Amino acid sequence: MPAPVRVQSAPFDMGAELNAFAAGVTGAGAVVSFSGITRDIATGDLEVMEIEHFPGMTEKALTEIRTQAMERFGLADAMILHRYGPLKPSEPIMMVATAARHRADAFAGAEFLMDYLKSRAPFWKKEVTAAGAAWVEARSEDEDALSRWSAAD
Amino acid sequence: MKLDIRYFAWLRERVGTASEQVETEAGTVAELIAELRARDEGYAYAFSDTGSIRAAIDQDLVEMDAPLAGAREVAFFPPMTGG
Repeated sequence: MPAPVRVQSAPFDMGAELNAFAAGVTGAGAVVSFSGITRDIATGDLEVMEIEHFPGMTEKALTEIRTQAMERFGLADAMILHRYGPLKPSEPIMMVATAARHRADAFAGAEFLMDYLKSRAPFWKKEVTAAGAAWVEARSEDEDALSRWSAAD
Repeated sequence: MKLDIRYFAWLRERVGTASEQVETEAGTVAELIAELRARDEGYAYAFSDTGSIRAAIDQDLVEMDAPLAGAREVAFFPPMTGG
């Protein structure tokens, strides 16, 4: 079975990843997945999305986030896959998947993974267009999204 | 003490290096930033807006008042934009 946390430059097949994840799950009837693809919204002329990360810390942060989600929502399993390096528009950047006995925990677990991953895992996106390159700015909404999980404690 | 410092994303570009080793007596992350900022205009520019800077000690995210005692590596970077 593939490792539950993977950070790689190589492309991946969302469908194949999800099938492999679901096939390895036991004791759960609900599987939820989320995939992020390189967007081309800001200017409409995105050529490349470059993703930088902090090797070592990235894997450590993602592993901690996964462990927290597993415990908090009683998940049967969870996986996180995130790419780095140059990506073309519409390519998959990352995906998470969760498995639980019931759908509510699987959905919530996936949202938790995404909220923490966005603001706590050391990835930085840079958009390259014909006009030049610009770092994507963090959105305050992403930081705010974390507060709902601590407020619920 | 000797510290390895690493920079990522636009902080790396503004400082002009991905990593360096410094000799410092700074007691906290904030004090280290103040030392770096005093070096030259490039560092002053890179660290001008501390609200837009995050720090990690030995690969754990920390607050600006975190003590440096026992640290081997400090990393500085902008707010993260993964996902």
